[in-house]
Amino acid sequence: MADPTSTLREIGTELKPAPPGHEHGSLTAWIQDLVFTVDHKKLGFLYIGAAWLFFVLGGIMALLIRTQIAVPNNHLLDGETFNGTITMHGTTMIFFFAMMMVFGLINFIVPLQIGARDMAFPRLNAFSFWATFFGGVFLFLSYIFGPGLYGMGAAPDASWFALAPLTSRAFSPGNNIDFWSLGLLVSGVGSITGGVNVMVTIFCYRTKGMTLYRMPLFTWLSLVTMFLIIMFMPPLSAAQIMLVLERFFGAKFFEAQAGGSPVLWQHFFWIFGHPEVYILVLPAFGVISEVVPVFSRKPIFGYPMMVAATVMIGFISAGVWAHHMFTIGMDSFSVTFFAFATFVIAIPTGIKIFNWLGTMYGGKIRLEVPMLFCIAFLFQFLIAGLTGIMLGCAPFDWQLNDSYFVIAHFHYVIVGGIVFAVFSGFYYWFPKATGRMLDKRLGTWHFWVFTLGFHLTFDPQHFLGFLGMPRRIYTYQEGRGWEFLNMLSTIGAFLQAVGAILFIVNMISSARKGKIAGDDPWDAWTLEWMTSSPPPEYNFEQLPEVRSRRPLWDLKHPEDPDWKFE
Amino acid sequence: MILTESSLFTIFVVAYLFYIGKSLNPPYPWQVLEFPWLGSLFLFSSSGTVVAAEHKLKKGDKAGFELWWLITALLGLAFLIYTGTEWYSLIYHDGLTLSTNLFGSTFYSLVGLHASHVLVGLILLTLILVASVTGNIKPRHHEHIEMISWYWHFVDGIWAVVVTVVYIIGMQH
Repeated sequence: MADPTSTLREIGTELKPAPPGHEHGSLTAWIQDLVFTVDHKKLGFLYIGAAWLFFVLGGIMALLIRTQIAVPNNHLLDGETFNGTITMHGTTMIFFFAMMMVFGLINFIVPLQIGARDMAFPRLNAFSFWATFFGGVFLFLSYIFGPGLYGMGAAPDASWFALAPLTSRAFSPGNNIDFWSLGLLVSGVGSITGGVNVMVTIFCYRTKGMTLYRMPLFTWLSLVTMFLIIMFMPPLSAAQIMLVLERFFGAKFFEAQAGGSPVLWQHFFWIFGHPEVYILVLPAFGVISEVVPVFSRKPIFGYPMMVAATVMIGFISAGVWAHHMFTIGMDSFSVTFFAFATFVIAIPTGIKIFNWLGTMYGGKIRLEVPMLFCIAFLFQFLIAGLTGIMLGCAPFDWQLNDSYFVIAHFHYVIVGGIVFAVFSGFYYWFPKATGRMLDKRLGTWHFWVFTLGFHLTFDPQHFLGFLGMPRRIYTYQEGRGWEFLNMLSTIGAFLQAVGAILFIVNMISSARKGKIAGDDPWDAWTLEWMTSSPPPEYNFEQLPEVRSRRPLWDLKHPEDPDWKFE
Repeated sequence: MILTESSLFTIFVVAYLFYIGKSLNPPYPWQVLEFPWLGSLFLFSSSGTVVAAEHKLKKGDKAGFELWWLITALLGLAFLIYTGTEWYSLIYHDGLTLSTNLFGSTFYSLVGLHASHVLVGLILLTLILVASVTGNIKPRHHEHIEMISWYWHFVDGIWAVVVTVVYIIGMQH
């Protein structure tokens, strides 16, 4: 392979801007362009667009679920439909909203941050997107074809981690589970190839002077994420292959009558499932690590510790999976080991939180919308981490496993943490992607409505868990003291929906007639703000040699450059 | 990529080890398995021949490269044929299939996964051979050839694990 950086600089100087023949005259030309594109920015848009599509679908399911359990003895959905709805909600949100959103952000931002022309393998990149996307489409086709020839079953309904005996032919005679396993298998292939691609890009295509220790933190965290993806997606694929073999060819992996073990499925699923949480949350940390310094007007506090903590999280996340399984009857050594590992992983996460606070401390904080979401993130992620430690105590977990406390905990992680970080990243990078600012007034409204809705939805669920409400029940009797809290929670869910609609309205209206952003509206320091907004197809005309972690600061302040102090 | 594949294989190996000796009905491994001397010989020696082929290419000896490359491909093919006959006898003679018992499920999925990788390797080897015979491979391609040879070594290394787990450990149960 030729030295990539030299190719990059050649392209920067020799390519003429705006290659001819790319005018999108008609709708068909536009669609053709999207389908055949191998450009990392357009693929990033495609990923993000598909992710929002699945977000809306998953969100509608969430509203259905909340409406069903808002009042006792409700019969809006029957039990089977309810099971299908929770399964599809979980699967869609994790695999097709959060994963695609992560890949979308990384696709768009990482090559720009490291000063690359494109991803290492642009065509593989397109393949990854379409594989993931069609995996999702395939999953949703189960609504049409799931009943199979005998008309049994509809959507996959074995919950998002598809517990073993439920998925066997005897209990799921239709085709629904097959749609689930094959859809995830296909999208898993897309994720793995995507992971390899991003990793190679980061290792081989950094611009001149950008050593690993000068990489922006978002890129660092993406790198660790990709490691986790290529290490821990395959166990899921392997387990899915076993499931397919079992359902189509009568293999006996998880069948207790033949001596197989349903618990093994849980192990395999969670070996993937727990690192998956970190696959999703590390890029979210990355966004926060970019936004907090820029809006506090200080460089990130403790950069080496941030990197070390990230790598530590990556390693430890491989050894905590069975804390999802304290109630299956493990021996006391395993329980102790996994409880201990769970406490240990809280340490690097705590380091990160302190470093973000250290960055804000004494800084000149600008309360723009991205920063609002960051502050809410810090607050909510802290609580999510604390409830996580509570659940990591095995005896506490025996009491509260599979209750609404668990639901509240992981929604705090995924909505309060990841979704808030995604919103923050959107308000931060939207000007770069489209050339126009997102409207600040509407954004502030979005923030407050969504945050209020979030707390109204998930705070009461902690208490529902303490009051003994189990998860996955489709209705309950009166007089258990759950009515009021459930009603609050449902109202909160609809408030969140209003917030999300405000956001979508903001995106559409701002993309068309928002304030023109300029190259660098936030006065930021990483390379993506050097090029025009939106970036041209070749990304950069010229790049300076990177000599510190904040190359743009060096350019703007030649009298006081960073590299003097590193 | 090799990391990913290793991770994938690990899960199947774990499943095999986890279920070893847990089948509730015969046939059991010690009754039906025979140590695959011939197959292992074919596959392990092919790792050597692929190195020889690479060596020839680096020196610019194209005919030598093609010869050793062909031998590698033939050895791979011989391995697949060996596995085929082994499976044939297991299925029709011993009545062991994927759905017979846990041993059947784990045995066929693990060995089958490996065999499918050999097959992919074989296709790659053949493509390179065709490209070379039609004159499209030059010594400067040797980096790309090296990738394929790495893959082949990896498949070989996995076979060492599979032999240990399936045959050496498995036959005692």
